Amino acid sequence: MKKQKVYLDHNATTPLHPQVKKAMQKAMESFGNPSSLHVFGREAASLVEQARENVASFIGAKAEEIVFAGSGSEANNTVLNMVACSSKHCCPFKKDGKTRIVTTQIEHPCVLESSKCLKDRGVDVIFIGVDDQGKVKMDELSHAIVPGVSIVSVMMANNEIGTIQDVRTISQMAHKVGAFFHTDAVQAVGKIPIDVKDLNVDFLTLSAHKIYGPKGIAALYSKKGIPFCPFIRGGHQERGRRAGTENTLGIIGLGIAIEMRAQEMIPEAKRLREFKNILRDGIRQKIPDVRFNGHPEDSLAGTLNVSFRGAEGEAVLLYLDMEGIAVSTGSACASGSLDPSHVLLATGISAELAHGSVRISMGRETRISEIKYVLDVMPNVIDKVRKMSTVY
Amino acid sequence: MEQNWVYTEKVKDHFMKPRNVLKDGEDFKADGEGSVGNIKCGDQMNMYIQVDKDKQVIVDCRWRTYGCASAIASTSVLSEMIKGMPLSQAAKLSPKDIMQQLGSLPEHKIHCSVLGDKALRAAINNYYERNGMQENVRTEEVKIVCQCMNVTDQEIEHAVLEGARSYYELQERTKLGTVCGQCKDEAERLLSEYIQKHF
Repeated sequence: MKKQKVYLDHNATTPLHPQVKKAMQKAMESFGNPSSLHVFGREAASLVEQARENVASFIGAKAEEIVFAGSGSEANNTVLNMVACSSKHCCPFKKDGKTRIVTTQIEHPCVLESSKCLKDRGVDVIFIGVDDQGKVKMDELSHAIVPGVSIVSVMMANNEIGTIQDVRTISQMAHKVGAFFHTDAVQAVGKIPIDVKDLNVDFLTLSAHKIYGPKGIAALYSKKGIPFCPFIRGGHQERGRRAGTENTLGIIGLGIAIEMRAQEMIPEAKRLREFKNILRDGIRQKIPDVRFNGHPEDSLAGTLNVSFRGAEGEAVLLYLDMEGIAVSTGSACASGSLDPSHVLLATGISAELAHGSVRISMGRETRISEIKYVLDVMPNVIDKVRKMSTVY
Repeated sequence: MEQNWVYTEKVKDHFMKPRNVLKDGEDFKADGEGSVGNIKCGDQMNMYIQVDKDKQVIVDCRWRTYGCASAIASTSVLSEMIKGMPLSQAAKLSPKDIMQQLGSLPEHKIHCSVLGDKALRAAINNYYERNGMQENVRTEEVKIVCQCMNVTDQEIEHAVLEGARSYYELQERTKLGTVCGQCKDEAERLLSEYIQKHF
């Protein structure tokens, strides 16, 4: 079997789209500061505004509702911190002098850690659990979303297991009690159709490097009319909502990445869904004692998360890496902490199965030959790790 | 890709071709066996030793692990080190001795490699117990350092292996000294002792 180099970690990050690379290379000539009034500045500003238009129209928003930020983490931090802000300007987020946040146990660490920090600062935070397929428990949610809640924040698609939440319904529940709604859609935008007006969300986070754009640039949709309190202060950029000279190169890259997504997203999802079925069936057929994590239907087309009993995930990952296959794992050993994936534990699986989990995330350049290669290599790797295992 | 591997060539070699793993259905008659670790924490280690009873020397060994690349590689190296080694010497092996043989590991992976020598000590103790030599059994003494938060010296050692380098980081990880603070001096002494021992 010929060794191949197969990248199946697209939920971690993606390669630049060739069109993005081209646009960014060209944009390197436009060095002007978009805030400058002269021709250099105006040229840069017009490129930035074009990108803003692209992002806005892709998610059904107005250009002025898009705020560029340095990362998805920054955008999420911005929302949560503004909710807990005690300045007079941000009062609408407080109910009877108290800030209350409802979120879930499977959010990205940037939401979880921010929420925990706010909790230490006196904010009420409730973390809602999920079922065994990673769907947010709607009964727990309806108990938690009561008058007095400031904001509900629920991620649209999970980075580890790919499960997609019913954001429209949850947003409705939030609005019914007068709460705002935020969704971290970093893994969803560009993979499933999203319309902010249809979903009726107040804030939405998206990131460029998950959709073949550059790293270090993201966008926050902030619905017109909703109060805004900047996280990074000291400049009039982004209509005063995010200070700091614009990352023009990144913004232009994001704009083109989004434009490409509009063309490629739907046929790609169809293809990846087929690949996922082939991968899932093949693994089930060739490898005993596996468990597939996440929702079988309501999940990202390109994300497959599987646990191998008795096989530690980091060892599996590195043996696969030796064969040229790049995946990720929910094992503690890969994360630098003692705990395995908080997402998998929240779905109720045992720590052993969480340590033995592997995430395969496909993307626009994934080919069926690569899937077949994985199916050729993986059974031997799992067998090798299990033969060393104390528990298999 | 290969040139940027986080592990040294030796670690990689032992990871790819682990030595002395107990094979399926292998009839290895162990004179002592030990098991340490916990699947919940993501690592578990079994060690099996054969002993020349006249010379009190380890002649052969086998092992199995549920663990990551560092655990696999470090135990593989350990299994080569101990063949022909007197029990008394083997019982004193520390993670640092294994690390010296292995070259090095990324700092955050060192805690993954401490199970090998623990499992070996458990196997040696098991051998002594089976052969009526209880007086040789060395138990790991655990001492409570912080009375308020019930934190032991073992937990301090663990926190150091996990990356704690200052008293503040130690407090963050173990919560020791966060009530009365009387244990600060001893905790700081142990902190530097364990950093010295492992790094």
